[in-house]
Amino acid sequence: MNTIEMEVDVLVIGGGTAGPMAAVKAKEKNPALRVMVLEKANVKRSGAISMGMDGLNNAVIPGHATPEQYVKEITVANDGIVNQKTVMAYAQHSFSMIEELNNWGVKFEKDETGDYAVKKVHHIGTYVLPMPEGHNMKKVLYRQLKKRRVEVTNRLVATRLLLDENGAIAGAMAVDSRTADFYVIRTKTVILATGAAGRLGLPASGYLFGTYENPTNAGDGYSLAYHAGAELSGIECFQINPLIKDYNGPSCAYVTGPFGGYTANAKGDRFIECDYWSGQMMQEFYRELEGGNGPVFLKMDHLAEETISQIEDILHSNERPSRGRFHEGRGLNYRDGMVEMHISEIGLCSGHSASGVWVNERAETTVRGLYAAGDLACVPHNYMLGAFVYGKFAGESAAEYCAEHTPAPVDEHQIEEERARVWGPLSVKDGLPPAQVEYKLRRMVNDYLQPPKVTRKMEIGLQRFGEITKDLARLSAADPHELMRAMEIHFIRDCAEMAAVASLYRKESRWGLYHYRVDYPDKNDQDWFVHVQLKKGEDGNMTCFTRPIAPYIVPLDEQEKTAYEKLRIIKEPATI
Amino acid sequence: MPYALNRVTVPVTVDADKCIADKGCTVCVDVCPLDVLAIDLTKGTAYMKFDECWYCMPCEKDCPTGAVNVDIPYLLR
Repeated sequence: MNTIEMEVDVLVIGGGTAGPMAAVKAKEKNPALRVMVLEKANVKRSGAISMGMDGLNNAVIPGHATPEQYVKEITVANDGIVNQKTVMAYAQHSFSMIEELNNWGVKFEKDETGDYAVKKVHHIGTYVLPMPEGHNMKKVLYRQLKKRRVEVTNRLVATRLLLDENGAIAGAMAVDSRTADFYVIRTKTVILATGAAGRLGLPASGYLFGTYENPTNAGDGYSLAYHAGAELSGIECFQINPLIKDYNGPSCAYVTGPFGGYTANAKGDRFIECDYWSGQMMQEFYRELEGGNGPVFLKMDHLAEETISQIEDILHSNERPSRGRFHEGRGLNYRDGMVEMHISEIGLCSGHSASGVWVNERAETTVRGLYAAGDLACVPHNYMLGAFVYGKFAGESAAEYCAEHTPAPVDEHQIEEERARVWGPLSVKDGLPPAQVEYKLRRMVNDYLQPPKVTRKMEIGLQRFGEITKDLARLSAADPHELMRAMEIHFIRDCAEMAAVASLYRKESRWGLYHYRVDYPDKNDQDWFVHVQLKKGEDGNMTCFTRPIAPYIVPLDEQEKTAYEKLRIIKEPATI
Repeated sequence: MPYALNRVTVPVTVDADKCIADKGCTVCVDVCPLDVLAIDLTKGTAYMKFDECWYCMPCEKDCPTGAVNVDIPYLLR
């Protein structure tokens, strides 16, 4: 096992969605910069969109939606806890990004006049743009990386960031998951684009890797940012999604909704007015699932044959193409029965909810030289297009920072300490196999953190996560692959502790099911209309504090504020 | 510490007659996000080494000879 040293100007950690965009944009800004993408898998097929994507959830296209309207929609969908400037920055660049992707060869659905064929799924506005041929997304990104001469390293797991004496970025350390070689990379800037913390809760099936998110995304970036002293925000606003029971893909209401499919209860009746994924929607979904009319289904069997074939074409070739194979195994056909649904395990993900590393409208974190974009950057409900837009912001901001800074010296002590930690499990004989520790940790995440949240349970959970901290030193890795899994357990454990600490701190209920606390069941705007921030304190312990909500740049009227609180369909009494 | 070896069925299977790993092909191993496939050097074919599958299918779609098949893991089937 060797130690390999490298030096770059911009180090992008994560080569899925936001990462390649960030690298390309940093190069565009200054082609002389040394830009490297460090990827845990292989950039050709990595991240949440390894098999492409079936549509955009948040396209802000002139003639169909305005940035102001979109900012309102997300503010309401995220129960008011929004830094509107960040959402506005996304919305204003949404359309130009669609145009750029279109020029790069991404195919969006257009109507007979050549206009984008946007569909309505959200409660208020119209933002969903299907991509029936969205399976080539990664190929398109890969071509751009090659064209801009971005350096790529695959199969490296970043484990810690290096800081200079003033707490600014000086580098990053990583381990090769095939050789266990240790990498020390000096860099002026780091862009975190490592995706969601998707391996936090354990799927109901018990299969460790059957998660909603790509399980390669173990919360690496959340942990890297935390240990570098960055602020994280909204961690208590968990990601929970409605999925096909036992399968890790959505059914998916965004695709089927515009075709006439809908979420129904066991009687085949609609119970929610809007299928857009929000905490409030998930709360109603959960109530129906656990209630006498449960479980919940996706209903399509009333649709015409051509419509169903069209839905199948999209769902079985994009994003989660093994879905068709799953249905086939169960003998289910969309034509003759409803699809049973369930809720996913918990995760952290700002792409869908709001849990992430705190960033401003330039993708800057609170650590100098550190940027974040994509699912792990706290810009609520940002989805894939938001990852591209914030990837662009991060790349451009990092390029500007490079122009004004010289490389910082790296601290040998930090390197020594980290190399000993990372290589540790290889020399532990008679230790704990990573898969066993991961199973126990994630089972406890389910037992103690899955909403409805209960104070005493979360406190016990914290105690258990503390006990598992002691087990980390006993982790044993038989080979470099197992070593990667062992290091991922460190990330998962950090995320579990963050999820418990932030959830205990916010003493109210908000975002529907995402933060439903049984012992504080009501929303309390008087005390908790604030961001909850989390960071590593001076004493090395996890600490929370509040940040005020910046004054809205797009004000809401009273009726709009409560739009997402009235999602349940109330049947009018029959008139005689 | 004593360890046990538990048998599990794996979701990814490779047709040895179609696999061209013996000619140097490593496409399925390269594209797997979880790095769970490997080449068996004695047999000259790819195989699933770790039961850590997201059943996402790049290995099957990108295989140049159609040798790889991804099934849903038994626990979810």
